Parts: sequence; C-alpha cells; structure tokens
Amino acid sequence: MNHVLHRMSLAELARHLAAREVSAVDLARHFLGRIERHRGLNAFLDIRPEVTLAQAQAADARRARGEAGALLGIPVAHKDIFVTRDFASTAASRMLEGYMSPFDATVVDRLAKVGMVTLGKVNCDEFAMGSSNENSAYGPVLNPWDTSAVPGGSSGGSSAAVAARIAPVATATDTGGSIREPAAFCGITGTKPTYGRPSRWGMIAFASSLDTAGLMTVSAEDAAWVLSAMCGFDPNDSTSVDRPDEDFTRDLARPIAGLRIGVPKEFFAAGLQPDVERAVRGALETYRSMGATLVDISLPNAELGIPVYYVVAPAECSSNLSRFDGVRYGHRAKDYGDLADMIKRSRAEGFGPEPKRRILIGTYVLSHGYYDAYYIKAQQVRRLIADEFQQAFTQCDVIAGPVTTSVAFGFGEKAADPVSMYMSDLYTIPGSLAGVPSVSIPCGFGEGANASRPVGLQLMSNYFDEARLLGIAHQYQLATDWHRRVPAAFAG
Amino acid sequence: MSLRPEDVQRIAHLARLAITEEETQRTLAQLNDIFGMIERMRAVDTEGVVPMSHPLGGAQRLRADAVTDVPDRERNLANAPARQDGLFLVPRVLE
Amino acid sequence: MARNSQSDYTGWQVVIGLETHAQLSTASKIFSGASTAFGAEPNTQASVVDLALPGVLPVLNRGAVERAIRFGLAVGATIAPRSVFARKNYFYPDLPKGYQISQYEIPVVQGGSLACIVEGKGFEPYAKTVRLTRAHLEEDAGKSLHEDYSGMSGIDLNRAGTPLLEIVTEPDIQVDDIEQAASEAVAYARALHSLVTWLGICDGNMQEGSFRCDANVSVRRPGAGLGTRCEIKNLNSFRFMHQAIVYEAKRQIDLIDAGDRVVQETRLYDPDRDETRSMRSKEDAMDYRYFPDPDLLPLEIDAAWIERVRAELPELPAAKRTRFASAYGLSDYDAGLLTADAATAGYFEQVVAALPPGQAKLAANWINGDVAAAVNAAAGSIATCPVDAARLAGLLVRVADGTINQKAAKEVFAALWSGEGATADAVIESRGLRQISDAGALVAIVQAVLAANPKSVEEFRAGKEKAFNALVGQVMKQSRGKANPQQVNDILRDKLAG
Repeated sequence: MNHVLHRMSLAELARHLAAREVSAVDLARHFLGRIERHRGLNAFLDIRPEVTLAQAQAADARRARGEAGALLGIPVAHKDIFVTRDFASTAASRMLEGYMSPFDATVVDRLAKVGMVTLGKVNCDEFAMGSSNENSAYGPVLNPWDTSAVPGGSSGGSSAAVAARIAPVATATDTGGSIREPAAFCGITGTKPTYGRPSRWGMIAFASSLDTAGLMTVSAEDAAWVLSAMCGFDPNDSTSVDRPDEDFTRDLARPIAGLRIGVPKEFFAAGLQPDVERAVRGALETYRSMGATLVDISLPNAELGIPVYYVVAPAECSSNLSRFDGVRYGHRAKDYGDLADMIKRSRAEGFGPEPKRRILIGTYVLSHGYYDAYYIKAQQVRRLIADEFQQAFTQCDVIAGPVTTSVAFGFGEKAADPVSMYMSDLYTIPGSLAGVPSVSIPCGFGEGANASRPVGLQLMSNYFDEARLLGIAHQYQLATDWHRRVPAAFAG
Repeated sequence: MSLRPEDVQRIAHLARLAITEEETQRTLAQLNDIFGMIERMRAVDTEGVVPMSHPLGGAQRLRADAVTDVPDRERNLANAPARQDGLFLVPRVLE
Repeated sequence: MARNSQSDYTGWQVVIGLETHAQLSTASKIFSGASTAFGAEPNTQASVVDLALPGVLPVLNRGAVERAIRFGLAVGATIAPRSVFARKNYFYPDLPKGYQISQYEIPVVQGGSLACIVEGKGFEPYAKTVRLTRAHLEEDAGKSLHEDYSGMSGIDLNRAGTPLLEIVTEPDIQVDDIEQAASEAVAYARALHSLVTWLGICDGNMQEGSFRCDANVSVRRPGAGLGTRCEIKNLNSFRFMHQAIVYEAKRQIDLIDAGDRVVQETRLYDPDRDETRSMRSKEDAMDYRYFPDPDLLPLEIDAAWIERVRAELPELPAAKRTRFASAYGLSDYDAGLLTADAATAGYFEQVVAALPPGQAKLAANWINGDVAAAVNAAAGSIATCPVDAARLAGLLVRVADGTINQKAAKEVFAALWSGEGATADAVIESRGLRQISDAGALVAIVQAVLAANPKSVEEFRAGKEKAFNALVGQVMKQSRGKANPQQVNDILRDKLAG
C-alpha cells in the first residue's frame, strides 16, 4: 500500500490510520522520503526528520491511547511565513536566516493540537512578496508540471509540494493572491478563508489588513477537513473574528441545483488568454449542467484593485518590516560606521530587491504630503471595491472567474518588470481587498506550448460562507478529475 | 507625477535602507513605472467615501489587565546578533 | 548665553504648552501580558510582543483604557465614543517595532481643563485654568543604557509597552514675566500630578519616570503671532522644570536679540549645567508617516462604560476643597492645602471623624502646621507618617478637652513621632504633662510670682502691657508649663486689678 499513500485523499489516509493499516510514522517516513527524492524542486527550506518522526510517534501514541481525530497523524508542510519552535523561520529571507522562534504560530499550534505532523517548512517569495517564487532568497521553487515554469507565488513551495504529492497538505498565506495564483499554476486546490477567520498570530506580517492564512490541498474536501481545525477565534489576534469553531465539511454534499453563479464581465475582458478563458468557461458550463444558473454581474472598480493594492500593501509592509533592524534578531551587517549605519546596512543586506522596492513605495505613500493623495485615496477605493462585492452578492451566491490571465509563465519572463509581474494578481486582488473567502480549483490545462500547464477556476463567496464555497468546489470535483491529476514525474 | 533621484534617496533614508547610486537609478525607473500604474486610481471620485482600514469593520476587543506572560529571557534573546548581561548590544547610542 | 540680568528680558511674552507622559498604573502592559513592575532585571519583563519578534500582534489592555476614561471624566473632557490607534514610524534601537502605537487623528480624551493655584515670588497667589487639547493612549519605549558594554550600548526593553497617557495642553500659559511663566507651568504640572495620583491612574514617581513633562516654549513680543517653539525634555522634577523654562526663554530671547532665529527642535535639559541643548539624535525623525494601525480595530467606548467609571470616580480635589471649606468652616487656603493630595485629605477626614464636633479647624491647623512640617523635614509623606490619623486624633482630643496645653501638645507630638508612646494619653501620663487647672493651686503660684516681681507689677500698673506677659511667663515657668494659660491670664488680671 505504501507506494500509493501519496495519491490518497485525507479521508482515505484517515481511514487507513484509524484501521491501524498505516501509522503516522509510516506516513511521515513516506513523505520525508519523497521530499528527499524531489529536492530538486527546492520546495522545502527546512527539514528535520528527527522532529517530524518524534511528532509522528506522538501522534501514534495518542491514537494508541484512544484518540481518533480525523487529522491525527496526517502530515502537513508549513509555509515559511508561519513561525515555528522546532524549525527555522526565515520568511525565505536572508534577513532571518537561521531564526528560531520561541513560539509557534496559532495556525501551526492548532494543527499540532489535532495531531498533524510537521514535515518541514516550505519555500515562498521573500516575506510573501511575489507571484512567481523567484523572490525567495533561497532560490525559486520549480513547477512540478513543467520545471521551466514558475510555481506561482508567494506560496510556491506550498503549491509545488502538494502538486508533486511530497506533502498531502500545506499551509499557505494569501495577501493579494498568494494562495490562489500558485494553486492555479500548480493544478491544485487553494483555499483563502475570510480575513480574520484564521489567526495571524505567528504569521510574519506582510500587509496586516490583507494577510490571510489558508491551505493548499489536492481537493476541496481535504481543505474542508483541515480548515475546520485551522480556523477559530484567537485572543492573541485583535482582528481575529470571535465566532465559534465551524465544521467546514457540512455543506460538501449540498447539491448545485439552484445555485446562482455570478460571472463578472471584468474578469473576462482584454488581457485574459484564450486558453484560460476556454477552460474557465468550460467549468462554468459544467456547473450549469449540474443545475446552476449563470448570472452576468459587474465589479466596475475591480480593475483598480492593483493600484489600490500597491499602495495599501506596501504602506503596511514598510511599517511591518521596520522591526528588522539588526538589533534584537536577524541579519546584522559585519561592517558599519555608527548605529544608524548599522541599521541601514543590515536592512540593505538582509532584504532582497522586492521587499526593498515595496518598503520604498510604502514609505513614500505614507510620507508627509502624499498620505492623503495615495494612502487615504487607496483606502477609499478599497471600500468602493468591497461595496461592489456586497452589491454583487445580492444577485448571486458565488462569484466565478479565472484566477489568472494566463497559465504559469516561465522563469525570468516577468522578473525584470515589476508592473507586469504585479498584473499577475489582477483577478485575485479584488477579493483580498474585500476580505471575502475564495478558492482556486483546477479546471483544465493551457493549449499549445502550454498544454502541460494547469488552469485554475476562482470561486468567491460572501464573508464566512466558506462551508458553502468548499461544497460548491467539491461538487465540481465530484464531476471532474482535474484535481486528481498528478504530473507524471511525481505520480509514482 | 515623477520621482527624482533625491526623492528615492530621501525615502531610502526614511526607511533606513542603504542605497547605492546605481541602485537609486534602477529603483527610480521601477518606482516611476509603478507610480504610473497607481496613478489610474487617483482619478476615481471618492467624495464622501469612508476609508477602509479593516476588511470587517467592528470594534476592538479588549484584554483584561492581568499579568499572563512571564518572558523566558534566554529563549527570547537567543537570536540576538550581540548581547551581554541580558541586554541587546548595539553600536553606541548618542543622545 | 542667557546670563544677562532679568531686566534685559522685559517686553517679551513667554508662551508655554505642556505635554505630559503619565505611566498608567496597570499590572500588565498596554498590548501584552508582561508585567509593568519597575526595576526588574534587564529584558525579563519584555515579552515576545514587547520585543516585536516576527509574528506577534498587540491586544489592548482594558485597564489602560479605563484609566484614560477616568482621567477624561476628571478634567471634564469628552470621551471619544470611537478612537483610533495609529503607528508612528521611526527607527530607534529602544523602539522594537520601528513604530510606536499611539493615537493620532482621533484620541480617546478630547478637550477638558485643569485648574491650579499659581504661587511664586513677586506676586500674590492666583487661580489659573489651563485648557487641555487632548489625552491619548500610547506605549512607552525601552531604554538605552550608556554604560560601556565592550564599546557598545545595551538595550533593555522592560519598559517597552508600558501604557502611557500623553496629556497635551493648549498654549495657554502666556505671561510677560519669565519667572512667572515658569511658575504657571509648574503650578499646572503640580496640579496634574496631584490629579493623576488622586485618581490612582499613575503612581506619580518622577524619579522612575512615571510622570514626565515636556514643555513647548516660545517667546514673542506681546500681541505678535506665536514664535517658533522648542520642545524641552528631561524635566524630571518641578524644580528642574522651572529652571529649564527660565533658561530656555532667556536663550530664545538672546538669540532673537542677537539677530538670529529660533530653530524648531527638541532640546534636552541638563540639570547639572542648568542649560538646554539640542538633541541631534532625533533630528531626522520628523516624518513619522502616521497611519491607522491595521492590527487594531477602532476603540469603541459606550455610554454605559463611561457611566460605570463615572460612578466609581472618587470625589475630585476641587469638589472636596469646596466641601471642606463649607462643611468644616475652613479657609479656602487651608482647604486647598488639605486637598493637595488624596492621602492628606483622607488623613484629615479620619482625624476629624475621631474628634468632638467643632474641632475641624484644630485638626486643619495641626495637619497643615506641625504634621506637614515634620513630614517635610523627614522628606516623607503623609501616608508613611509615624503619627497616624488615630494617634493625632488622640492627641487633639486632649488639646480640645483642656487636658494639655499647646506647648505640651507639641511635646507629645514629638514623642509620638519618635515612637516613645503608643498613644497621646500614655505620653501625657508618663511625662506628667496634664495641665494644672485647679484654681487654688494656680492662685497660690500667681500670688508667689507677684510677690517676687514687684518691679513688673509696678510697670504694668504704669501702663506697660509687656510687663503682663513677663508675669504670665513667670507663672508658666513656676508651673513647669502645665498651667492652663487662659486661667493664668484670668487670675493675674483679677489679682493685678485688686
């Protein structure tokens, strides 16, 4: 059975664990072995097999004592944005090379409490800033479907690890599309819940009013299981939503008949590649054939999401990244003159080009004389965009469209041109600005030269409607098998 | 709007980022591209729109005034680049 | 500079606004659960939040907000139903996040005013009301230790995250005399100090930095627009505050007189050299890039909370002063002294409660006189006074009922202070200080004194009133101080008239 463990759903793995046909240690060994075999993907930044196996043994001991949680003994990889006591936490930056956190992020802690076993820390864009994973200080992750293509970003390590089945599930974070875009590029299921649902405690902050923890999984069903354990009120996070824990699997079986799917015309305008459009329209047809109604809607200001985002996110990041000054932790320059020089050089050496660029943009838009024209203006337009979503949800239950304009692009294609890179998040940013939950599910592949590169379908619902959203995604996955496809090199 | 090299130097100083002449030039071009893209947003009529600082609105939750955290100094200082006698060390601070 | 004589500074008006940082007396920090206790080993009270480790987030302390509300109600301010925390961005090694969480556009306390009595040389005491602009909540920074650590400075972040209420006044101190302007500033600061300790929201310890005043000082010709101001920091006593303002006002006038101009800057007062000097380390920290802290939602305070705090508010100094004056028949001056701080007022009320009716004036005289003098001489406080309210009351009961006279009472007080006896009665007994009120015994002493001092008797009869006092003195001496002075007076007059 061992050779197919990585092809199983979480429900199947849970059944085998419950039946004692496989142990948590077996699972941990199996995935650690796969990680080792596929090091070339560069998906993992820190692996400590002794830590992983100790956690797996503890999970087995819990089961032996009679515990029976669905996730007990299931391995998980954590994006290196979540701080962990037992693994280094670097945010894929030189700034935090070797940094050991004295505490675990709440998301990590909650998954450990239900018995999930940490496989290690996965690569990402530095401080979660990027759309291709090319901004990692430790080298880019490769896309398992086509190693000449980027895996997407910033959660590229998470998406590649799940796509290559070297981790059954990975945590991720999404600020402007950092879960959905890499999920789409890697042909897996990416889930970004409502802002404030999962705790931000222990997430190395990029843009606090947008940062949302989420998941990379093979299927929406897997996501529903893990999300139920991951989300919940956290008194350590003032923006954490004070609601009881929820079972996000409760709507998985709910039929599609009667569902109103809003299709925003702005998401199918110029710029959308024909192969992506065909795959997405195909998915919409599938829903229609299952009994859904397609409703034309409009999000007129959604296209302003990118300018708004590139004011708000850099402003918050410029402030969030000020703590990295070489005083209490992190990189300190070897050569410096005085104190101010030490700080300047440490930051210049510790941060890569993209964080520096965003710090400069953010510093500028907050600086005297520009605050109203940029920051306040952006926050106003942000509200217009959020209001448009509320307007749209009076006409439909869920909004559907493409995740990205194109399939995964090649390494180096956009690296030299920040603005064209920023456009990668055209369709994901509006939902981030509004804070609504959203998933990306695989719905086909590109065409011609891109035939091996997956396409993602984005589904967005209103706040706190994750259970319904994942149910809608799950019903599609019952009718299709895109999510079960595995790149040939990683199938066996 | 177009930034000048001295703007880049000024904000780099405010952000405490050492920046070379060559970096200033390269950054200048990129920032001007980015601000060119941002410019579109400024044309929107936002008269009377309340800025949105938080996606969900609502009020701040408060914590009871109680000592709940007894810090583990050894662990908390373990990542310090330089320390002595429980202090973080930095180049001399001038008042 | 600034060494000219006072006369050179006439024709100038000094304008002062004050900013005070009062550390709030919470058990835990404003955004973390670490203790705020003073004096711990370095960094043992700096939590992961206070150290700004990656991934941490702030959660606001209800106790800090409640203290701000308390203050706002006490100064008649508006408590904002919704206020906002902002980030003030600047780099400094004792500021762990690279920003301070503060309130900027919308503070929790808005408006209000504070009354004080201005006292000083060359003018009669007068009342002054200073308007407050605002008071806002923020976090304190850590400390840089400048001792030499292998050629480096040490950073201790224990103080980082301690809650502060920053109380800002309007530039309401506008006086044509430098010394008097400084006196007004000090009077305000003393009244504020008294209020925050009275309210129990701040321990007021200036040495430990719990109550820190900064003064914004500018000068102008009367009637002219406001001059350029300098912010003076490090005023850690009222005396230094006075000296620093006087120095700074003179420095600015000297500059302008010399044809230079005042540069807006932050200056540090150096009490050893009695001068202010520019703080160059903060020179470029002017663009703070404030923006609403995305980690903290708006602070909402509902009417019910405000009313609850109002109901728990102690009687405020001004109200208590009025009540003392009317209920006990005290002068406004005496009532003012007794209500200068909560401990003195409480002490007074305890003493009065233990005395027979009508003796409040006696208690006030003693507390504002002998007790205050002894406490000041010992550099102590009324709270630690060895003669507690019960003991003083025991003593004053004996003064009131005529058991001892004033002179003996002072002796008993000194004995109680030094711990000689547990109660006034015990000291009176052991020292035999009971007053002689037996008329027969006193008449015998008087007659003996008259017989022994014929010269004084003659002088008195010739109209010299002084001679009478000498005779009273002799009688008191013969009675070894125990004679009832009023009775001695009466008997002497009677005998001399006879």
